[in-house]
Amino acid sequence: MTNTLELRDVSVAIEERPIINSLSFSLEKGEIACLLGPSGCGKTTLLRTIAGFERPTTGEVWLESRLVSDEHIMVPVEDRKVGMVFQDYALFPHLNVKDNIAFGLQQMNSNERKARVEEMAELLEVSSFLNDYPHRLSGGQQQRVALARAIATRPNVLLLDEPFASLDIELREQIAKEMRTVLKANGVTAILVSHNQMEAFAMADTIGVMRDGALLQWDNAFTLYHRPVCTYVADFVGDGVFLPGKVINSTNVETELGIINGGQSHGFAFDDEVIVLIRPDDIIHDDSSGMQAKVQDKAFRGAEFLYTLALESGLQVLTLVPSHHNHALDESIGIRLEIDHLVVFPAQ
Amino acid sequence: MSSLGLLSWPGFIPDWIQRSRFHPWLMGLILIASLLAIPVFCILLSVFLDSGDVWQHLYETVLVSYILNSLALVSGVGFLVLSLGIIPAWLVTMYKFPGRKILSWALLLPMAIPAYIIAYTYTGMLDVAGPLQIMLREFFAWEYGDYWFPEVRSLGGAIFMLALVLYPYVYLLSRAAFIEQSLCVLEVSRTLGCGPFRSFYKVAIPLARPAIIAGLSLVMMETLADYGTVQYFGVATFTTGIFRTWFGLGSSVAAAQLAVVLLMLIMLVVILEAWSRQQARYHHTSNRYSKLIRKPLRGVPGSIATIACVLPVAFGFVIPAVQLFIWARQTWSDVIDKEFFALIGHSVELAAIASVTAVLLTLFIAYGKRLFSNPLTSFIVRFLGMGYAIPGTVIAVGVLIPFAWLDNSVDAWMRLHMGVSTGLLFSGTIFALIFAYLVRFLPVSLNAVDAGLSKVRPSMDEAGRSMGLNAGNILRKIHVPMLKGSILTAALLVFVDVLKELPATLILRPFNFNTLAIRTYELANEERLAEAASPALAIVLVGIIPVIILSRSISRSRTGHD
Repeated sequence: MTNTLELRDVSVAIEERPIINSLSFSLEKGEIACLLGPSGCGKTTLLRTIAGFERPTTGEVWLESRLVSDEHIMVPVEDRKVGMVFQDYALFPHLNVKDNIAFGLQQMNSNERKARVEEMAELLEVSSFLNDYPHRLSGGQQQRVALARAIATRPNVLLLDEPFASLDIELREQIAKEMRTVLKANGVTAILVSHNQMEAFAMADTIGVMRDGALLQWDNAFTLYHRPVCTYVADFVGDGVFLPGKVINSTNVETELGIINGGQSHGFAFDDEVIVLIRPDDIIHDDSSGMQAKVQDKAFRGAEFLYTLALESGLQVLTLVPSHHNHALDESIGIRLEIDHLVVFPAQ
Repeated sequence: MSSLGLLSWPGFIPDWIQRSRFHPWLMGLILIASLLAIPVFCILLSVFLDSGDVWQHLYETVLVSYILNSLALVSGVGFLVLSLGIIPAWLVTMYKFPGRKILSWALLLPMAIPAYIIAYTYTGMLDVAGPLQIMLREFFAWEYGDYWFPEVRSLGGAIFMLALVLYPYVYLLSRAAFIEQSLCVLEVSRTLGCGPFRSFYKVAIPLARPAIIAGLSLVMMETLADYGTVQYFGVATFTTGIFRTWFGLGSSVAAAQLAVVLLMLIMLVVILEAWSRQQARYHHTSNRYSKLIRKPLRGVPGSIATIACVLPVAFGFVIPAVQLFIWARQTWSDVIDKEFFALIGHSVELAAIASVTAVLLTLFIAYGKRLFSNPLTSFIVRFLGMGYAIPGTVIAVGVLIPFAWLDNSVDAWMRLHMGVSTGLLFSGTIFALIFAYLVRFLPVSLNAVDAGLSKVRPSMDEAGRSMGLNAGNILRKIHVPMLKGSILTAALLVFVDVLKELPATLILRPFNFNTLAIRTYELANEERLAEAASPALAIVLVGIIPVIILSRSISRSRTGHD
């Protein structure tokens, strides 16, 4: 299967300042990816490079097997067939919803255009306010119009720049899921930019974690969480702590919580000083366990508590416990380890 | 009634007056508004008076040509200012090219030159005895009459002159609109398949349209109000017609009736402007502005951009200013004498009295609006704001009619009862002139002060109060420091406007009372253009002040963008 979008060693600099460093990835048709990273990591610049607003200093961008950007070639934005949804949606305030959606459909005759607008309106449930102007719409409605406008042209790839940032926090995950359903049902290839991992988990098949213009890891959500390739990804995605340990053999590491067996080789040599990633779900609260830890902090999360526990040495670990186990601060509770994925990094 | 206002505190003004409909402050507002409404009111009343056969005569001979000339003038100037204003505005907002920074404010400079002065200057430069034609004749060895040369003193010439000094209104407002547009909107249009040019006219222009129309309507008002240019070029329009009917045909009623027709034309423009401002509210694209990164233009496109921005500045300011300077240097030994300093004295006297009075009235009105925010006060403020749309010629006629009536009545009464003749008490005095200036230029200072006062939010008064300041201290420690700048701006703007004003001064001035503007007009009409250069140059130099104020306030309010 050919790739819809492919980036080969792309580097970008803006006003002489390097933003993206030799970055590569590819997307298959219908795949949804998310570029995840803190603000300033270059993810939006990368999106704009794919759209054609920025030119790579080195490397190549391929869209539908066509070279669209390199040091010499720069296909203009309007000839790339990319759809884009901006953070503020950028609806045209002088056009009503219908004309906003029809804006990119200049090539069609009026019947085709009308049919396509209606189809999009139905798909994104905006039919009831087709004749309204953007300033009358709520944030969520504006976003659906922006999405309808972007996919009406059947773009090669849809680019979404922080599409949920302007919405109420409670709505974001739900809308992300609905958006995913729409995109999947229509086979749209899409890249989303976000700094929020929950949005990324809800929307994307593949997530790329970025830092300082580099792509650290390109994987699905499960792998990112359980098999992070570096401490940065481990730290950025999900909660967790690093416990110092010592390598006993090719599969086992000894830590304060005892000997942890990962079931497969971790690649470090005997006696190496390492750190082990302990996720909250790796530690189970068990009253009958002999291993004790003291409650230092607790955060109520509805169905569960996130406890911060202090081990004897003072090192802290996190654990998620069903919320009927309501323990007081400074109380000692029994814990045991249940680690499916042993994640080991060299000690810093 | 606003309970937030400074003076509504218990004890400052008794509560019963505070709640009374006849609060002295409100009464004062109504009085000011009524007085300033007198000229327009008198003009409108003239519709019911009989002007004898003069109106019939006007109707049969010149009225149609007034209308046609005014329409041609307005549409010609309108068309020209659109291209002269919008293109540079777009270029300096979106692109980086040689000279952009200087040009972005230099494009405002033509505002410093009153239309009549640029008209005199170009006439002197381009006529048969002017430097350009002499050069052509010498170079090609032509004789006078051998060649065709465009006549500046024509309708077409007037259109060019007015457009050259009025385009900055369109430039200013469309630039502000372009800066406010979210860049994302343009980029979205690119991703939807529109190239840069198509995006410009399908997205950027429609979005800026309300601002462009607002600028255009200001230009139209100024064009309809112009007297100096059309008079000098012999283009018959309403303003010259009003003048001719009054002083030539001696019919004040017919002159006032002509003014009514002109006012109706202007009313249309005012409505257009109000409507477009209404629209502008819905054209805000975003509250989230990404920093504008201007695209560099190098080589040929860069040079074209520079030229496109240099041309309006060169023809609208640099060339006429340099010509004025050359003439002034040739003639100032003859021109600058005691009489010249008397001109400056008169101009400054009028401008200073008018600006101080305007600012005092403005403070009274602006605080009135703040203390009593109700439909009546906001109507009064909006009503007074319309004075700027009324041409000086019309105001002058509207001032002259009631003042003459008053003088005659007082004179008759005094003669009857005291046996003395008082003659002209009001008309033909500085008082009448100042009154006319206030009607026309009060809106200028009202705008400036109102903008400043709105920055002193009621919560600041309350904060001051909570820290134990009394009313006087709040005025002194919060309001005065915050308003100082806007008050000074208001005074300066009125000062400069009065100094440049021609037709009202011409009609209402006391006998033999000359100002810089009047002297420029007189010398030009005696075809002594080189001698007119010194007073003209003085007006232009003073006229640069508001341009500097304007560009400074723009750069301050948009620090995020520049």
